[in-house]
Amino acid sequence: MSTVLSNLRYSEEHEWVDASSPVKVGLSQVATDALGDVVYIDLPEVGSTITAGETCGEVESTKSVSDIYAPVSGEITEVNQAAIDDPALLNSDPYGKGWLFTVNVSEEGPLLSAEDYSSKNGGELS
Amino acid sequence: MSAETATKQYTALYEEHQKLGASFTDFGGWQMPLKYQSELAEHHAVRQAAGLFDLSHMGEVWVTGPDAGKFLDYALVSRLSAVAVGKAKYSLICNEDGGIIDDLISYRRAEEKFLVVPNAGNAKAVAEALAERTGDFDVTVEDVTASISLVAVQGPNSVAILKQLVAAADHAVVTEMKYYAADEVHFTVSGAPLRLLLARTGYTGEDGFEIYVPNENAASLWSALLSAGKDFDLVPAGLAARDSLRLEAGMPLYGNELSLEVSPYDAGLGPIVALKKEGEFVGRAALEAQKERGSKRKLVGLKGLGRRAARSHYPVSKDGQTVGEVTSGQPSPTLGYPVALAYVDIEHIEPGTRLDVDLRGKPEPFEVVALPFYKRDK
Repeated sequence: MSTVLSNLRYSEEHEWVDASSPVKVGLSQVATDALGDVVYIDLPEVGSTITAGETCGEVESTKSVSDIYAPVSGEITEVNQAAIDDPALLNSDPYGKGWLFTVNVSEEGPLLSAEDYSSKNGGELS
Repeated sequence: MSAETATKQYTALYEEHQKLGASFTDFGGWQMPLKYQSELAEHHAVRQAAGLFDLSHMGEVWVTGPDAGKFLDYALVSRLSAVAVGKAKYSLICNEDGGIIDDLISYRRAEEKFLVVPNAGNAKAVAEALAERTGDFDVTVEDVTASISLVAVQGPNSVAILKQLVAAADHAVVTEMKYYAADEVHFTVSGAPLRLLLARTGYTGEDGFEIYVPNENAASLWSALLSAGKDFDLVPAGLAARDSLRLEAGMPLYGNELSLEVSPYDAGLGPIVALKKEGEFVGRAALEAQKERGSKRKLVGLKGLGRRAARSHYPVSKDGQTVGEVTSGQPSPTLGYPVALAYVDIEHIEPGTRLDVDLRGKPEPFEVVALPFYKRDK
């Protein structure tokens, strides 16, 4: 059973956002479990601007390719090089070492509480 | 899947898969395990140790009677009458237009008895086509798909694992069995003797076996294999690993590389079509014409020079011109680079040719390579 961390908020497209500043963004375990083993990620560059609701990268598993949607608007301040080098971190530690990037938020997109996200997409609140 | 499969079908091992925490996928109307834990780990286990697969969605059709061999010579494109008892042959069943209805394996179990094994999604079509083709042949076609399960043990530890369950008197049968051979073997499964058809066949590019078992014995055989395999690093493996394994081995998948619209010659299966065999067979005229005409496109292997994988239906281009289409593709877990199968215009099929695959708008460099991508050390 996939875990949904209760201290995070989530986009409809399965990205999680934490409460720090700049915010850290990753993919929910519901998403990474569904994708299967992640083998490649394509992330926006540091300094680039992303727009909430628009695609800003790709995540590729052995079986499929999915877009990464920006859960917030703002400037990318850091990308997780460790996850680029070892995309399996998205499977093994989606809420920890498998984070994707950090953003200086100018505007939030629509975000769901962990309760709403898990009731919609399954996964166990933790 | 086809509109005909209104109801979901479950193999006799469905509950075993649930217990093992499998995630499921629909394949030919069947609810099959996609993976249990990590499909990459399952893939590597098959290459390095062993994997256990449920293939009960595959069809089983008995063809029996004095004309069984002659009938299959007519119904399939190969010369099945020349297959020795105890041996198997990979072949195709085509329609009159030379289109591929299915690729299948036929086991000659006796002079007048063949077991034909079609793919899950095509089992019904194959059974029907065979029945239609019986004509004046003295032969009976019986589709027993619903009552037979199929379990595969694949990987270098397969022999060692099977010997744990096969009666000592039959150990030599297992160890000496040749690739594409089959025999009835005595198993001991949860204390009870069981005589099962064991075949040294597979779809992974590794040594391995497939075991045909009545549904009522399938779960106990599955559990017995899992426990016997514990000391040999056997893991249950799903269809995701099966697909990446067969792709590395350069084996076609019906629905991806093969279809009613594909010529066996374009698919590289020309040698299977026995145009020299005597007598009429279904599709002969069309296949002769196809061979005469030659192929405009052929199935080739593509090796990714970057990190991005090509996927089914992505266009293949040369200098900006579309010259083909990908039929299967993914990152190769064993080789560490992306691999793909694609139909490519005949001018560009030489190994070493540089081509691009359009990855959602971005060209990614690939190179034509000889198949298979992966071959095990013998």
